[in-house]
Parts: sequence; C-alpha cells; structure tokens
Amino acid sequence: MKKLYQLSLVMLLAFTVILAGCGNNNNNSGNAGGKNAGAATNAPAEATAAPTDAPKTDVKVGMVTDVGGVNDKSFNQSAWEALQALEKETGIEIKYLQSKSNADYEPNLNQFVKGGYNLTWGIGFDLGDAIKKVATENPNANLAIIDSVVDAPNVESVTFSENEGSFLVGVVAGLTTKTNKVGFIGGMESPVIKRFEVGFKAGVLAVNPKATVKITYAGAYDKPDIGKSLAATLYNDGNDIIFPAAGATGNGVFNEAKSRNKAGGSKVWVIGVDKDQSLEFGDDVTLTSMIKRVDEAVKKVSQQVVDGTFKGGTTTVLGLKDNGVGLPETSKANVSADILAKVDEYTKQIIDGTIKVPAE
Amino acid sequence: MSKLRKIFATDSYIVPLVAIVMGFLVGAIVMLVGGYDPIAAYSALFKRVFGSPYDFGEAIREMTPLMFTGLAVAFAFRSGMFNIGADGQVLIGMTAASVVGIKFAGALPNFVLVPLAVIIAGVCGGLWAGIAGYLKAKRGINEVITTIMLNWVALFLSNYIVRSFLLLQGQNRSEDIPASLSMTFLNSVFDNARLHWGTAIALAAAVFFYVYLWKTKQGYEMRAVGLNPHAAEYAGMNVGRNVIKAMFISGVFAGLAGAGEVLGVFHYQSVFAASPGYGFDGIAVALLGLTHPLGVILAAILYGTLTYGSAGMSFGADVPPELIRIVIGSIIFFIAAQGIVRWVLKPFYFKRKKEKVL
Repeated sequence: MKKLYQLSLVMLLAFTVILAGCGNNNNNSGNAGGKNAGAATNAPAEATAAPTDAPKTDVKVGMVTDVGGVNDKSFNQSAWEALQALEKETGIEIKYLQSKSNADYEPNLNQFVKGGYNLTWGIGFDLGDAIKKVATENPNANLAIIDSVVDAPNVESVTFSENEGSFLVGVVAGLTTKTNKVGFIGGMESPVIKRFEVGFKAGVLAVNPKATVKITYAGAYDKPDIGKSLAATLYNDGNDIIFPAAGATGNGVFNEAKSRNKAGGSKVWVIGVDKDQSLEFGDDVTLTSMIKRVDEAVKKVSQQVVDGTFKGGTTTVLGLKDNGVGLPETSKANVSADILAKVDEYTKQIIDGTIKVPAE
Repeated sequence: MSKLRKIFATDSYIVPLVAIVMGFLVGAIVMLVGGYDPIAAYSALFKRVFGSPYDFGEAIREMTPLMFTGLAVAFAFRSGMFNIGADGQVLIGMTAASVVGIKFAGALPNFVLVPLAVIIAGVCGGLWAGIAGYLKAKRGINEVITTIMLNWVALFLSNYIVRSFLLLQGQNRSEDIPASLSMTFLNSVFDNARLHWGTAIALAAAVFFYVYLWKTKQGYEMRAVGLNPHAAEYAGMNVGRNVIKAMFISGVFAGLAGAGEVLGVFHYQSVFAASPGYGFDGIAVALLGLTHPLGVILAAILYGTLTYGSAGMSFGADVPPELIRIVIGSIIFFIAAQGIVRWVLKPFYFKRKKEKVL
C-alpha cells in the first residue's frame, strides 16, 4: 500500500510538471487570448493586432455585465465588442466583470471605481440602483449606464427608443407571416421590454390588422431552455415568426427554430434582437434583427472619456433618427424588396413624426 | 499534549482541511491546463477579499446568508431530514420582511419595526418549511420532493406579492424599505460596504443551534429521531412532532437569511428571475461544515471568501471566475468521498503508529 502511494505521488508530480510545461507554452503563444478570456469571438483578432502600433493612452474603461454575462450574444456582448474595438483604435485598457447575481453589481462597480478606472459601464436596466449608489458614494468617479436613467451628476445615461425599431420589425413580421400569427417573447416585464412589446405589436397591426400577436414572458434573461420551450409552444400554436427580446433566453428560440426548419414542415422564423443575430445564427432562421446600437453608444461615451470631453449627468435617447435602432443590411437576404420599401416608408414617417409609436 | 494529539488525530478536523487543500490543488491543475498562473490567481483571490476594508466588508456580506442557509440545512440534517428548500424559505423570509418593512413603516417606530420584520421573516420561513415537515410527519411524503416543489411556489408567490403590492412604479423591484438592519455606524470604517446585523444574528443562531441540539432534552430527542426514527419512537418519542419542529427551526434560519438580505443589503426586494441560490449553496456549506454549527460557520466563511474572491481572480489574474466553482466542487467531492482523503493520509497515520510503538 505504501509503495502504491509513493508511486502515485511521483506520478502526480510528473503530471504537474508536464502540465506546467503546457501552461507556459500556451501563455507564450496566446497572451492576448488569455487577457481577454471569455470574449471568445474576438480573441484571435486581438492576438494579431499588436498593441505597439496603437496610440498610447492610459485611460482605463471597465464594464460590469448584468446576470446575462458577457457572452449573451446580445447587448452585453455588443457593449464588450465596442470596447474591444476602441481598445484597438486608441489603446485604452479595458476589462469586464460578470455579475452572478444582483448582489454582485455594487462590489463589481466598486472594483473598477476604486481601482482608478476612468469610466465604468453598467450594462442593463437592473444596474440602475447600484450605479446610483456607487455614483453618490464616489462623486469623482465617472460612470455610465445603458437602458436606465440614473439621476447623478457623474453618470451618463443612455436609453433607446426600442419601440421605434420594434415597430419596423413588426412591419416586416406582419407582411411576412403566412399564418397571420406572430409571437413575442419578453425577458422580464420592465419598461424597456415593454417598449419592445408595444412597438412590435403596433408594427404588426399597422400593416396586417388580421394578424394576432401572442405576447409571452420568459421571466429571465439567462435561460435559453425556457426560451426554447416557449418557442416550441408558440410554433406549435401556429405562430410562424417569433420576436424574442430576452437576452440569452432568446438563444433557445433560435435553437428551436433551427431544429424545426431542419426537420422540414412549415418554415418558421426568428427576429433577432440587439445585434444582427443573422451573423450568429445564420440566415436560414433569422428573418431580420432589431438592432440596438449599444455598441455605438458605448463607443461614443467611452471616446468622450478618452478625449476628455465626458460631462455626465445627461441622458441620451437614441431613436431611429439617431440611427440608434434599426434593421441591419443583411435583412435583404430574407425580406423582399417590397417589404423593405414599406419599412423605409414607415421609417420616414416615424422620423418626421407622422406616426407616433406607442411606448407603453 | 495528549489532548492536542487527540484533536489533530480526529478525522473530523483533518478530513475537511485536507479536502480543502486538495480542492485548491485540483483548481491549480485545471488552471495550469488552461494556461493560467495558479499562484497569481489565488493571490488575486485573497487580495480581493482582504485587500481593502470595503472588500472585506462585502465578503462578510457574502458569507452571511450562507451561514444561515448552512445552519438551516445542517439542522434539518441532524434531525434526519434533507431540507433542499432553504432557497424557497429564504425567499419567503425576504418577502415577509419586505411586506412588514414597507406596510407598517408609518405606523411603528423603527426600533419596533425592524425586530418585528426580522421575527416575522423568521416565522414565515419556518412555517413555509413546516409545510414540508407536516406533510412528512402526517402523510409520509418525502421532504426532498416537497421542499423542491415549494421552492418554485415560493419564487412565484414572492414575485407575485412584490409585483402586486409593493412595486415601485416603472421598476422591477419593490419600493424602498424604510426598516434597516444596516450597521451604518461602520460605514466609515468599511468604506460603505453593506454590513448588517444579520451577521450577528447568524452567529447567535449558530450558538442556539449548538445549545439546543446538545444541551436540551428537546434537542436530544431531535437527534435521536435523526439517528433512528424507529428506535426513537420505540423509546416513546413523538417522531412526527419532532420532524415538524426540526423543519420549522430549519426554516426559521433560512427565513432570517432573507430578512438580512432585504433589510440589510438591498433595502428593496427585486422581482427574481430565478431563485437566488443561497439555499443550494447552503447544502454545500452544511456538508463542508460536517453539519456542526461551528463547522458550518467556518465553511460559510471559506465559501464566501472563495465566491467573493472569484471576481478578483478574473480582475487581477484574468482567470475566469467559474474556475472557483471547480475548486469548491472538488472540496465538496473530497469531503463526500472521504475514502480518498483517508487514503492520501494513510502513510501519515502509519508513521504516527510507529512512533507510538517506539
């Protein structure tokens, strides 16, 4: 028995040494990959872009995700990708922290604020209270938040007119549906998601009064399994287009649609949200996407910090006319030219105020 | 000297300690495989927890609910039951504290309101767990199943209550709760970390746990029922009543955790997308602490340190925070599979025996 033990100890040591060797190799070849662990999509690109040719600045920008996490293929990810792009352009230092629960928001924000970061982003409506508290306790820190309005002199708030963009995808859905039934899956009931819901419904009914819009809520932004089962119910019910506005929960909707289209039967569609999700999930299921330019907003405000023009205390509302929401170019793949013309028509009417899209 | 040796020779102290060390080693190996530097990662982890007063205070905040739920699970365990529903009981405690804290805010002075909210939270958590205890005692339904089901009922019931009666207009949370358990006098020391009296209540609960189970007749009965309900019944103890009572007390602990969270940490209650998970972490804490109150407190401190420090790991050493779950998982694995730890320790035992012979 003793011998066996000694043998196993030697083996363990040898194993550790070998592994340590592997570890070092990895480190040498992929420094940048390790640095931005988690942001898988852009890691290889990062490795090639040597930081030497980027202009040097010592600005540090931190970002705290909501519980959806940085790889939600939705707005946390767009925000992070925007920061990565800015890192390449200006050489700023960036870092993110993921929140496991809403108790983490405050310590995560504080980690950046107390770590001397020049700007700290809170991504998502849920971080509003935490941002407010941290901003009040640290009046010299700069903070910014997406999707919520925080009334503090050192916080920049960015919100979007999701109802306008959702109206447009509603128009597409209303004109594309064959069954005259479309579905909507919200994350959790909140003013933000309500704007998606109301805008979408108004858009569908504006072009297709016969259609019905079935509204459901998943109750979570991070549960693809719930998204998948809700999508199955909606598709079984005869809805042929679903618009999920539910963060990572929506990934389950794509998954369900994909397996249905693969199995044959009647064609079903998903409308992407926040990002151009056809790039992520493919043109075979993504009809179009309601893009919310979180990336543009994050980039713009972060750039202000780099340039030293950050003011804070203001609220920016980005709508159709600011190009803050809208449809991606890739929509042409699945949406006919007639429908896109109709979308353009509505876009003009919304911008010049002929049509007022309800928000709640 | 012999006493000292006795302490260190007892498995109950050594096994968890060795399991913890082995857990860290497994974590280190995984980090090496992933190409991370484990030493940098672990030092970032501990630096995050002990590096600044703010973080230390927040780490204590992280430990507090784990102490409560760990005690809750351990208490039920000592009485022969597996309370998987601590999560639901926490939620019920939260909701009860919020309702009392908001609805009676005007009518009662603060020094009455806060204790009242805490007590009602505990009682409601206890009654919620008592449902499972009653069903077990009177109908023989396995408490594992009922408590899991009650978790969901608790989640949706508390969301319903918050949404319909306490909602702050246009938000996903309740109104602010005027009743507060925060230790505001420590704000300057701990840099506004969210410390609250719940921590003190948790320590008191651990003392109560020990005294009640090991120093009172009722506690003796409960342990007897836990060890062998048939023998206990034969000895003339009322098994059903003990089951209900044990579940009630277990639920009280969990309910108090909820009160601490809403009255001490958040000062409002959010509409939860999923249950906060304190109850499930509590199971791990109870196992890690070998279901002894002192062990549970120590285990909660370790668990809280690791959980809170994991963000520091990703911040300071770029190691994904999920890795800490591997460490925690391995520690629990080694504690559950004690044979592995004993096997590793065997040569050391041999040595000691030889010394004795000499």
